[in-house]
Amino acid sequence: MQLNNHTSSYGWIAILLHWLMAIAIIGLAIVGLWMVDLNYYSPWYKTAPFWHKSIGLLLLVLLAFRLFWRWRQPTPQAPVGHQPWEKRLASLTHGLLYGLLAVILLSGYLISTAKGDGISFFGLFEVPALISGLDNQADLSGWIHFWAAMILLGLAALHAAGALKHHLLDRDTTLIRMLKPTPIQTEEH
Amino acid sequence: MKKVLASLTLGASLALSGVNAQAADYQIDSQGQHAFINFKISHLGYSWLYGRFNDFSGTFSWDADQPQDSAVRVSIDPASVDTNHAERDKHLRSGDFLDVNTYPEAGFTSTRVEALDNGRLKVTGDLTLHGVTKEVVIDAALLGEGEDPWGGYRAGFEGTTKIRLADFGINAQLGPDAEAVTLILSVEGIRQ
Repeated sequence: MQLNNHTSSYGWIAILLHWLMAIAIIGLAIVGLWMVDLNYYSPWYKTAPFWHKSIGLLLLVLLAFRLFWRWRQPTPQAPVGHQPWEKRLASLTHGLLYGLLAVILLSGYLISTAKGDGISFFGLFEVPALISGLDNQADLSGWIHFWAAMILLGLAALHAAGALKHHLLDRDTTLIRMLKPTPIQTEEH
Repeated sequence: MKKVLASLTLGASLALSGVNAQAADYQIDSQGQHAFINFKISHLGYSWLYGRFNDFSGTFSWDADQPQDSAVRVSIDPASVDTNHAERDKHLRSGDFLDVNTYPEAGFTSTRVEALDNGRLKVTGDLTLHGVTKEVVIDAALLGEGEDPWGGYRAGFEGTTKIRLADFGINAQLGPDAEAVTLILSVEGIRQ
């Protein structure tokens, strides 16, 4: 069980974080777009926002841990054959994905807490409002939340297109090594 | 010091009152928060949901002896809608309800005031909401008037009117018991 990263391979923790968060982000985007147009008598009218907010808070914890993990762990080097422009574009995209996700999570939090009420975390406890009562807080946060999410979805598509390009056209290990850790070749002389 | 203040206030109020016409002009005391524009709407037919507009301003003229000469004008900032719930208020400001970005102004201007035999006032006027202006009738009453402890003169009224949301182009479906909202205007004015 290879949990840790290596200079040429992602470990299981990084891999699981990547896919878990990818599923959560896409799921939240779909639920978010769907729930705001629900009929008042829909059975999901109250539950969809509840799950959206709870999972969003969980994602905030996962993001914090992921950034910590990224800081503590070696970052695998790009597979041989990646062009310099590809490396630059990839790392720029990665940085923007992290940054936008943070903006989306915080702006979402600021919508619900705009009048000082906290947000329930899966009904277990309430995350308190830390910033509230700013001028136009809920509407401005809502605008940022929506557009940052739209940009993030676009970048995620670019990110996925890059992975597929490397896998299908370049036929390298870029995508494969995000699915499972590659066995570490111990160099022995 | 107290005497100086008192005479200053007296002087100021004399200067402001000017020539006293039949009906005196009043400024609605929204600054001192002695005026409220509240509303209530049924929640599913089981309870009342109360809300209010926090930001508004207005004037009225009033003469107890000549009520028919009275008039009232109030302008309301619909974006200040407040039901003590951040997400609901955001939803109320959105295109599903008040659409405050498209229609940033709301208000009421009276066109006719009648004193009824039962002592109440029938205030007819134009209500603007969600970009739609329609005639409504406010059932109102004088609550009281007289001198305040600080050298001024005040008069207070409360009036209600019930409007159908669909009449003002608000087509959100909140259920059969929540198609109309009651506006409750409870205002105090300071004579100018």
